[in-house]
Amino acid sequence: MPVMKYQEALRLAMTEEMERDENVFICGEEVGQYQGTYRVTEGMLQKFGPRRVVDTPISEIGIAGMATGAAMAGLRPIAEFMTWSFALEAMDVLVNHASKITYMSGGRIQCPVVFRGPAGVGGQLSAQHSQSLESWYCHTPGFKVVVPSTPADVYGLMKTAIRDPNPIIFMEHTSLYSTKGEVPDDSNFTVPFGQAAVRREGTDITLVSYSNMVVKCLKAAESLEKDGIRCEVIDLRTLVPMDMDTVIASVRKTHHAVVAHEEWKNAGIGAEVAARLYEQAFDELDAPIERIGGADVPMPYAKNLERAAIPTDQDVIAAVKKALA
Amino acid sequence: MAKTAIKESAECDIGPGVDTDDLIGIYRLMVLIRRFEESTYRKYREGKMGGYLHRYDGQEALVAGIFPLLDLPGDKILCTYRDHAHALACGTDPKAVMAELMGRATGCALGKGGSMHLIEPDRGFLGGDGIVGGPVPISVGVGWALKYKNTRNVCVCYFGDGAMNQGGVHESFNMVGLYKLPILYILENNQYAMGTAVSRSTGQTDFVLKAKAHGINGERVDGMDVLTVRDVAQRALKRIRDTGEAYFLEMNTYRFVGHGIGDDNTQGYKFYRGEQEFQDWTKRDPIGKFHAALEARGVMTAAQAEAIDSEARHIIEEAVAFAESSPEPPLDSLYENVYS
Repeated sequence: MPVMKYQEALRLAMTEEMERDENVFICGEEVGQYQGTYRVTEGMLQKFGPRRVVDTPISEIGIAGMATGAAMAGLRPIAEFMTWSFALEAMDVLVNHASKITYMSGGRIQCPVVFRGPAGVGGQLSAQHSQSLESWYCHTPGFKVVVPSTPADVYGLMKTAIRDPNPIIFMEHTSLYSTKGEVPDDSNFTVPFGQAAVRREGTDITLVSYSNMVVKCLKAAESLEKDGIRCEVIDLRTLVPMDMDTVIASVRKTHHAVVAHEEWKNAGIGAEVAARLYEQAFDELDAPIERIGGADVPMPYAKNLERAAIPTDQDVIAAVKKALA
Repeated sequence: MAKTAIKESAECDIGPGVDTDDLIGIYRLMVLIRRFEESTYRKYREGKMGGYLHRYDGQEALVAGIFPLLDLPGDKILCTYRDHAHALACGTDPKAVMAELMGRATGCALGKGGSMHLIEPDRGFLGGDGIVGGPVPISVGVGWALKYKNTRNVCVCYFGDGAMNQGGVHESFNMVGLYKLPILYILENNQYAMGTAVSRSTGQTDFVLKAKAHGINGERVDGMDVLTVRDVAQRALKRIRDTGEAYFLEMNTYRFVGHGIGDDNTQGYKFYRGEQEFQDWTKRDPIGKFHAALEARGVMTAAQAEAIDSEARHIIEEAVAFAESSPEPPLDSLYENVYS
């Protein structure tokens, strides 16, 4: 299998889908002439032309409206937000329009649109550019929420996203763009939604995570192995739909769980996963579930403060030891 | 700078070459809309409907003057929550509209949308929108899709004067002016955003100027004269189909009732609209004016007008009977249609 970067796999998926389906186009800030803020769309303008790779003004409401309306009228748009922080400008279009039109119309309108862009924390980008907001979209019925952690996943999940008839929130992670991995050499390869991946098998404790936090969980698991603790690491891949079956099957084996993510801990995905585990697998648990999330503060700029606000593999190790104590 | 002039219009001037059947059809539609709105008010008061209820009384010319010109379902329509008229005018079965208002399974949105979210995609109507300014960003994409597919179709996007102060409207206008999209914007300027007069909500009351600032040409129109509306819209639609470029029509109109059910026309409007102003506008009732012109020109007799009114009442009675006898949506439909 070819090895490629996360951002290259993403580009390949979009390129192949645009070749496959004339109705797919991409719009967003700097996606064309500039070649993409994070180079995700590099070369696509040259390949597909300005009709299908559309540079927009800095107008997130307009971008989201353009994508949503085009989807309602039969196209399959991909709208890029330069970062998910900027998508906040477009909340009305996203939450009041894209996510609801199918329901409000009694199923008479489909809205097959992919909203994508970099998310995640880090890089001393401070409060307005460094935050994880996936829970906002998970909370809103009508969206499917995708949080890929590997090049193969970002490829296969993007293909599924473009082919899905619903509005998709596709959150990439800036720290993952340059990571490399094998990607199947098969343009028909897809990764289905609602199917978590077991990234590492183990028998002592289940680590549930997604996106960049999976990398930290794997690092923690490797370190803990030296102490004789065998962690099973689960990558949720999609938060809506959420594959609790895989999580519960793992907990039946390990009887312990840690849920870890970079987004704020308060009212975050960890709370949802933990609550579902308590509802559906309470008797399997031998200890309280540990939850790891970002510090509940706007992201600070100073390096030491930022480091203290973002969960690390060391936090995972501490949580595992606490859960197993 | 002088404010963009409202196009001078002779009162319902029936020019040469207008098809008599077309005129009768427009009148019939206006009467149907008015009678329908009156009936929704009664039914709401009887407790048959919930939520809000935004009536179109007084603004009928904006719909009746334009919809018969459209090529549906290829042309697409977006509008606001004041959408009953648009649903009827695109040809939605009045029974399905009334049933939707009463929250029944037979409604045009299966009872899930209600008054503000009427929809009939099979006839090009992509729905009413509950958010002020909401349809305008969506219109960018609908217009984009029509251009992308290389059609000669037009997206007709209705919105109110209150929407002109929403940021998303201006982002969208800018993109439409930039990309040159086939959209006809109909500003339903009924002079009040809820209870706030245009002069109390914007520093620049010349809305056409605002559209022009974004590269969209347009004009101000007497929205109480259905033939003027029709005439201007006909030219605008042709221009859009020929050039692919958007056009903006500020329609000056007036709602004869309150903003919504919470702004009952027997009381509320008097807080923000003067009695004299109200009388002046209602004297220009677009249906009354058109009726008088049709009779004066011998296009329609008094007996025909009476028959059209009876017919409208009959259609509505049937719609009410249908809606009232329709079942509520089954409870197991609660979780259906969240996803396609």
